[in-house]
Amino acid sequence: MSDPRARPDWEAVSLRLVFGLLAAVALIFLVAPTLVILITSFTDSESLRFPPTGFSLRWYEALLDADQMQRAAWNSLQIAVCTTLLCVLLGTPASIAMARSRHPWIRACDVLFMSPLLLPALAFGFAGLIFVNQMGFRPSVTFLVLGHTIVCVPFVLRTTIAAMTQLDPALLDASRSLGASEWTTFRRVTLPLIAKGIAAGAFLAFMASFDNVPVSLFLADERTEVLPIHLWQQIESNLDVRTAAASGVIVMLTLGLMIIAERTAGLTRQMR
Amino acid sequence: MSTASTTRLTLPLTALFAVCFVAPLCVLVALSLAAGPDGGVATIGHYAAFVGDRFNASILFDTLWLGVKATLVCLLFGFPVAWICARAHVRWQSVLIFLVVLPILTSVVVRTFSWIVILGRHGLLNQIVLGLGLADEPLRLLYSEAGVIIVLAQVQMPLMVLPILTVLSRIDSNLFDASQALGAGQWRTLWRVAVPLSMPGIIAGCILTYAASITAFVTQTLIGGARLIYMPLFIYQQAVGANNWPFAAAISVIFMVAVLVVVAVLNGFGRRFEKHV
Repeated sequence: MSDPRARPDWEAVSLRLVFGLLAAVALIFLVAPTLVILITSFTDSESLRFPPTGFSLRWYEALLDADQMQRAAWNSLQIAVCTTLLCVLLGTPASIAMARSRHPWIRACDVLFMSPLLLPALAFGFAGLIFVNQMGFRPSVTFLVLGHTIVCVPFVLRTTIAAMTQLDPALLDASRSLGASEWTTFRRVTLPLIAKGIAAGAFLAFMASFDNVPVSLFLADERTEVLPIHLWQQIESNLDVRTAAASGVIVMLTLGLMIIAERTAGLTRQMR
Repeated sequence: MSTASTTRLTLPLTALFAVCFVAPLCVLVALSLAAGPDGGVATIGHYAAFVGDRFNASILFDTLWLGVKATLVCLLFGFPVAWICARAHVRWQSVLIFLVVLPILTSVVVRTFSWIVILGRHGLLNQIVLGLGLADEPLRLLYSEAGVIIVLAQVQMPLMVLPILTVLSRIDSNLFDASQALGAGQWRTLWRVAVPLSMPGIIAGCILTYAASITAFVTQTLIGGARLIYMPLFIYQQAVGANNWPFAAAISVIFMVAVLVVVAVLNGFGRRFEKHV
């Protein structure tokens, strides 16, 4: 394909140079913040200077006494688990239908279910607060989980629909013609084949719920304070180094979970 | 499976969306039209108040414009990343995608916090800039719009890279070879073949990045500080700080409609482009 004559292909060289440079800058910018916060969290000083003058585990030890932060983390974890379960339970059947049918109703569903990705989540959170209030309730964990489910379910839908479209329909026909019922076909053929897609979606939904601020901002009260909001307030009011340690914990857990998700569900393949 | 039973599978999620998504949004619109705190006669007074005040209108404009800038930066850097990813060896591809995905899964509060450490007056970036002698005094990056754009671009970059990558890796590489065999250089092939063919991915990436950037409350408030007010903070201030729910509802509706208009325009652009190609 390249020109066999000796003339140097300056176009190929310049394209490579420009694209390589842009991509390199982008990748450095993508990875640097994670590394910086991880290194900073091991500082031995009271300030957030980077690079730290010395290293210690003192701020991680301080986390052990941070009751409020621990409570917030526990709340976030419970809410994220409930949200993920709800997303998978409601999202999987919907994805199966959405991957199979081009019915106008299904198309309408597609637009509706994906719209939380585009609409400002903060406006939706505020709408949720007004709604709960006008119904005569107060914000609670239940409403928080329902609100999170709305904004997290698109992740499960996307990966599950993608997995469904790669499923060979002949397998389902074979199962049915061999006498398996609709339910048996689902359980023994469809589900095992799309399980990785569901798992990847569940992982993304979990992370999105655990990290959600715009909806929690309105639907959480003092008793159900969640971790990202607690950290956000800490950063806004005083730059406490304990926040860096908490960030370090979150980064390490995220990395660990990502590696597990990559090994078991092939996360990076499912996200494309 | 029959159409009816297939459709039935969507019912549980549809019910949830009807009660927890559509109903709250309807209540939001209703409240934005309420005259007094207890409802009463419908009025467009809150909308008029927003449009009439130049300060309010400028917040909306700044927010929408911020999204455009962050999206363009994302595109400028994201396309090359997707391009290199699509042509990398399978093993490297996984590593690259892992690096791209890592930030979007790391808590946005944590990432933004890290940027405070990097962008601060004595932060890493200023140490580098001063060390290289590129500036005489520390740059003001934190609490500036430039800072917000840098951080938004980093935070939302995966949303740009992934859709473009999906489309790029589906393009038949023979098309590139054909273009070059016919005498087009690499740049020409990029502009006339690769970019038009990956347009659906570019449009999808732009829509996702744009929608995420303008509503990125955490990044906007922590990096922008209290002086730079964008729509999400404005809604929050009016709703929680000033406790002015009807007005907050009105600006929420305005914000949502503005986002939908931008998305519709981008979508329409994408569709026209597809016809063109």
